[in-house]
Amino acid sequence: MRFAFSEDQVALRAGMADLLAGTCSPAAVRAAIDGEGVVPGLWSQLAELGALGILAPEESGGLGFDEVAATLLAVEAGAVALPDPFTQVACVALPVLHRFGSEHPGAEGRVAELVAGTAQVAVGLSWDSSVDQANAASWLLLEADDGLHLLPADSVEIEPVTSVDPALRPSRVRWTPEDGTRLGDPEHARAAAADAHLRSALADAAQLCGLARSMVAMTVEYTSSRTQFGRPIGSFQAVQHHLADALLAVTFAEPLVWRASVSVATDAPDRVVDVAMAKSQASDAAERVADICLQAHGAIGYTIEADLQLFMKRSWVLARRSGTARSHRRTVAEHLQVRPKRSASYEKPTQHPRRLTSSP
Amino acid sequence: MDLSWSAEEDGFRAEVRSWLEANVPKPSLPSGDTAEGFAAHLDWERSLHAERLAAVSWPEEFGGRGATLWDWLIFEEEYYRAGAPQRVTQNGIFLLAPTIFEFGTPAQQAWYLPRMSAADDLWCQGWSEPNAGSDLAGITSKAVRDGNGWRITGQKTWTTRGAFCTHLFGLFRTDPDETRHRGLSYLMVPLDAEGVTVRGFGRLDGDEGFAEVFFDEAWIPDGDSDPAQGGTLGPVGGGWGVAMATTTSERGLTLRSPGRFQATAARLVELAHSRSLDDEVLIDRVTQAWIDAEAYALHTLGDVTTIVEGGSPGARSSLNKIFWSELDIDLHRIALDILGPDAQLDPDGWMKGFEFALSGPIYAGTNEVQRTIVAERVLGLPRA
Repeated sequence: MRFAFSEDQVALRAGMADLLAGTCSPAAVRAAIDGEGVVPGLWSQLAELGALGILAPEESGGLGFDEVAATLLAVEAGAVALPDPFTQVACVALPVLHRFGSEHPGAEGRVAELVAGTAQVAVGLSWDSSVDQANAASWLLLEADDGLHLLPADSVEIEPVTSVDPALRPSRVRWTPEDGTRLGDPEHARAAAADAHLRSALADAAQLCGLARSMVAMTVEYTSSRTQFGRPIGSFQAVQHHLADALLAVTFAEPLVWRASVSVATDAPDRVVDVAMAKSQASDAAERVADICLQAHGAIGYTIEADLQLFMKRSWVLARRSGTARSHRRTVAEHLQVRPKRSASYEKPTQHPRRLTSSP
Repeated sequence: MDLSWSAEEDGFRAEVRSWLEANVPKPSLPSGDTAEGFAAHLDWERSLHAERLAAVSWPEEFGGRGATLWDWLIFEEEYYRAGAPQRVTQNGIFLLAPTIFEFGTPAQQAWYLPRMSAADDLWCQGWSEPNAGSDLAGITSKAVRDGNGWRITGQKTWTTRGAFCTHLFGLFRTDPDETRHRGLSYLMVPLDAEGVTVRGFGRLDGDEGFAEVFFDEAWIPDGDSDPAQGGTLGPVGGGWGVAMATTTSERGLTLRSPGRFQATAARLVELAHSRSLDDEVLIDRVTQAWIDAEAYALHTLGDVTTIVEGGSPGARSSLNKIFWSELDIDLHRIALDILGPDAQLDPDGWMKGFEFALSGPIYAGTNEVQRTIVAERVLGLPRA
């Protein structure tokens, strides 16, 4: 039994953190929002670092690490509110294509491209309302009732939508599912969809932890220097206790995320429930942390000028994406067999009624 | 990251589980905080001790089995799962003993530890005084040097099970020229010593053991010169540092291992099943509490890993204390809400458990104090 990261994992995480600290400051995030939704030049550096191929086998040019390592990289992406679709590519599209793409001719070569950073794949699952960075993708993995489909970008209609977090560059995607676009037969394609759900929930849970930690850190820094009534506002007990509560929230979310990453990495029987717990807790934690950090900043926290808003907005989005906290808790409740008697008509939590698309 | 147990650990778990299944008294014993129940709990402690389960991680010479901290965690998980009796020796075994291991002389360890695990000596903690609760450094009970020992005068209060115990450990002011946390010493006192009077008083949850302890020039020997009559632990005048070692254990790991809350959460889920719980809001609350108990257990695996690898959670243990104490109230309150009008009749002890849980944010350092510690010592915020 050892509930701690290995030296390799710690080193990988530090490498990612160093790269992002040097390239993805809050100013860079703002520039990305005003620009193309990405930090110029960063994607190829992520490829060079090996981060894009963290989960890819070494034969495909990847690092051949597991989901524990990938989750740590996702945390670091969250910690800087990275606009680039790192987790979508490295933590979701790549492993799903690697595991489930064998029966789809379009999947061949995708993994190598993703690792090299020469192409991107966007992911649209049924429980979300938009697809991030669809414009930058050459292929899209999209979910229909019969499972996951893979389509070239020029065969779908991409309609950008506005979002509270413009860094994500979300779009609605109009497309037509066909037998030929599906990743194999429906059983195979549904398994792929379930895998994509699992991985995106885990990656978003990890990002939420990173976001939460960063919000706490920037608020500690601000309140330690801002003075009122002749002392730093961080010395007032009310502010101190608020921030203690913020740290409490993220401290008791992270272990669930670490455990979920192990469960996914080892294909553990309870991985769906474990990820559900992690995403639920991380969503609520980041939301609570955002509220507390805003309050502790006071009015300055309410401005666009302050960096806090970049992290808050990302948190609000990710908390409600890849399955809401409430829907994930319903998955856990099912597992505990604590559910309303009308379970015959009980909607399965993983099939969200919202659809990205409509067929003509 | 390795979340698997070894074959030896699984074997230990199986052994403990089957022993508990065969030996846990059914029906449950009366509360160990009543006079009648305390005696029954002592019998239970003796049967644990006979099986070397009273303090599994202690060396064998002191009544343990030399087990690892992981084994201890497994033992605790099985213990709560089995609904085994409350440990009336806990103040000694979980609070005093770590201090004796760290600061005690070989003679003190050899005398006190075996008697503690055998439940021959039963310890209560003498920290608080009527004018010094959260502000422990404000204590005024004192001990004055007298011959080969110390003469103690003063009063301790909020002493859990004080009315039933045989010994008290506590902080006393031994240097009249120093103030606050300086000039304190950590003393061990037999409660049958001349000049010691113990008086029980009532508690919200009905327990009788809560006591005030009065010292009227009670005498104890210095150091380890005569451990049977009591003594001083650690350096005279250095009591604050000695006490702080215990306080971290109390807050974090050793007082409230996660097994306790996971077992309560499991009972809550069982309650939901038995009542065919249909209300979506209550179902969500049950689920959330269960997730929180899991989170605490996983976090503890991290803390144990740190300790086993030579580190220490330090001030971060204050986060643990806030979390488990608030979780415990939540678990019980949800049960009461499921029970509705039946709650007042206290089926399965949920109401009693709720009343006790309410004390959690107060004892072992109030959650307000803990939050300030988190803010100043973990987050590094400027001091007030």
